[in-house]
Amino acid sequence: MKEEISAEIKIENSDKPTIDRNEFISKLIKIGAGTLAATIVGNGMLNTASTVFAKGKSETLVKRKYHYGMVIDTRRCVGCRACVLACKAENKTSPGVSYTVVFEEILENRPNDKPVFMTKPCFHCEQPPCTDVCPVSATYKREQDGIVVVDYDRCIGCRYCMTACPYSARWFDFGENYPAVEQGTDWAKVPSPEYNQFRKREHEQSPIGNVRKCTFCLHLQDENGQYNKADGHWPACAKTCTGKAIHFGDFNDPNSEVSILLRERQYIRLKEELGTSPNVYYLI
Amino acid sequence: MNFIKELLSDRDKVSHNLKMIFWGIGGLLLLVGFYGWAIRFFNGHIKANYGSIVTWGLWVAAYIYFIGLSAGSFLVSSMVYVFNFKKFERIGKLAVFTALVTLLMALLSIWVDLGHMGRAWHVMVFPNFKSPMAWMIYLYSIYMLLLFVEIYFLLRYDFVTGSNNETLKGKLYKLFSLGSTDKSEESKLRDKKIVKRLATAGVPIAILFHGGVGALFGVVAARPHWHSGLFPILFLLSALVSGGALLTLISSIFQEGWSKNKEIVIELGKMVLALLLLDILFQVSEFLVAYRGGIPGHTAGFDLVISGPYAWVFWGWQGFIGTIVPIVILVLPTRKSPRWVALAGFLIAAGIFGLRLNIVIPGLAVEEIHGLTSAIYSHRVDPHYFPSISEWLLTFGIVGFGMLLFGLGEHFLPTHNESETESLSESKV
Repeated sequence: MKEEISAEIKIENSDKPTIDRNEFISKLIKIGAGTLAATIVGNGMLNTASTVFAKGKSETLVKRKYHYGMVIDTRRCVGCRACVLACKAENKTSPGVSYTVVFEEILENRPNDKPVFMTKPCFHCEQPPCTDVCPVSATYKREQDGIVVVDYDRCIGCRYCMTACPYSARWFDFGENYPAVEQGTDWAKVPSPEYNQFRKREHEQSPIGNVRKCTFCLHLQDENGQYNKADGHWPACAKTCTGKAIHFGDFNDPNSEVSILLRERQYIRLKEELGTSPNVYYLI
Repeated sequence: MNFIKELLSDRDKVSHNLKMIFWGIGGLLLLVGFYGWAIRFFNGHIKANYGSIVTWGLWVAAYIYFIGLSAGSFLVSSMVYVFNFKKFERIGKLAVFTALVTLLMALLSIWVDLGHMGRAWHVMVFPNFKSPMAWMIYLYSIYMLLLFVEIYFLLRYDFVTGSNNETLKGKLYKLFSLGSTDKSEESKLRDKKIVKRLATAGVPIAILFHGGVGALFGVVAARPHWHSGLFPILFLLSALVSGGALLTLISSIFQEGWSKNKEIVIELGKMVLALLLLDILFQVSEFLVAYRGGIPGHTAGFDLVISGPYAWVFWGWQGFIGTIVPIVILVLPTRKSPRWVALAGFLIAAGIFGLRLNIVIPGLAVEEIHGLTSAIYSHRVDPHYFPSISEWLLTFGIVGFGMLLFGLGEHFLPTHNESETESLSESKV
């Protein structure tokens, strides 16, 4: 039975005229388009998958050259907000853009009802939720030291990363200026040293219309990516802290101040349940 | 006989008057919109009221609303071109054209929301395949291309037959026919086949890209108000509801209005009612899960929706005007009158905008860290958001632009789906 059918089909096939050229070409184009689409999509998925796996590996095997972070001692913080001002003076941030803020939490039944002050820069998370959502990869975690940065020339200003950050550590530059800048005083002539780019904030040029954030003052790093506390090449907030509450350093170095503090003291990180593992710790 | 004639002419008048109102409103909105556009181009984002806490405002809400209308009306049109649902054939072309116009409106809304409008092309050259936003952009780019091609093949035959060098319409048709001169019946059949294929391919694309818009919000674990697996589905349902409702309104004004589209309007009304009830089920589910769980972090956004300063958007706009009133209209005997059904369609379409606002803003207006918004004093660090005048006017301008573009298209393009006999008689003329 089977043989009969196949024989019939064979006969039918041989009766049919061979495929004509136009048809062949049109089919070829269709197949080509389909393959192209499949390649693009498939490549994207593979790419994603591979980066996911690579990420998993990098955590366990590949160690970053530097692993910068902060340890903030809530017991030493007096709530003076010098860090907020020092950051503004260093990075020349505009109104409404404040890479670090100090918020206070009033705890009942605490001796003398003293509030707890917490200064909150960007946490430069190990698993930053903000970088993956960027449609143009303009914000990313640097390979060499884990600092999360924004490429001002690439950022389109969609602000998706701001919605994705669980700590409100990102700020949109609306183009507002302090009166001193608007009146054209000497202050206005000083560009921000951020990323060593010294941009002029005028005519809607970047960083106006971009998302901005704390960079651990990476423009103060030397060419090897190292900070130097003795020279004052140190994040502005940590350098200025009146109560010496903000400790900055390299977690890769077991003898750094921050590593020692983490070994010896009790600490918390904010929203630990999200698994973002911030690189800024609070001592309690 | 006389009485019937009078009634007919009267009905024509109603349709005509409605169109005049439509043109008037469209033109007015476009005009006031120029103020918003000027402010946006010359002052950037300074005059906008969103900030670093409520990072997305009216423009993003308008964007997800318009793009929902587009996906919704495209999926309704696919009932004609994919599933051969003959009843809606008269408004098939109208639905595809609505999908295109609302898509353009959506793209304009999101374009002005970008910090750097001149960098929109970056998405194509610096892709990040991990970003749901990037995926959404690729998908709606494909969708837009597909819409253009589908419209071309839908109308090609009419363009070719209608092209001449005398009238404006004829010249336009010649331009739009893109050099095609094939008037044969075979080419008409071929076009039909192509349209069917494109429409079929469009269904998964429309579902993916609008589901993608929902996923864009759903993946943000930092915002418990958005972080729900229901979100992509909820977006799709709301898209179908709003798209269907808008088509109800449109088909009762255009293509000779409700005098000829009575059946379609009533049928669409039934469909929209069913979809709206399903949509409500999904929304109620979101609320129930949040409040049964009772975790303050999870309910904070919902608290803002139902008892925040803009609770009237939920209770009055989205709930009463956009849901209860139209459901009553569509359940009572008024469901058999195309005018009432059209009104219900209008109310539902307007109500879904309230729903979109209630997704975007309350999700963001919650302090992520307690005490953050009182830590520094700036109107950019404020959980309280109400769109500024320029934001409103620009949005109105986009609506006006869409209305005029739609009106022009309806006037010039052969969106009218003639039955075979009609097209024959026309070709004789």
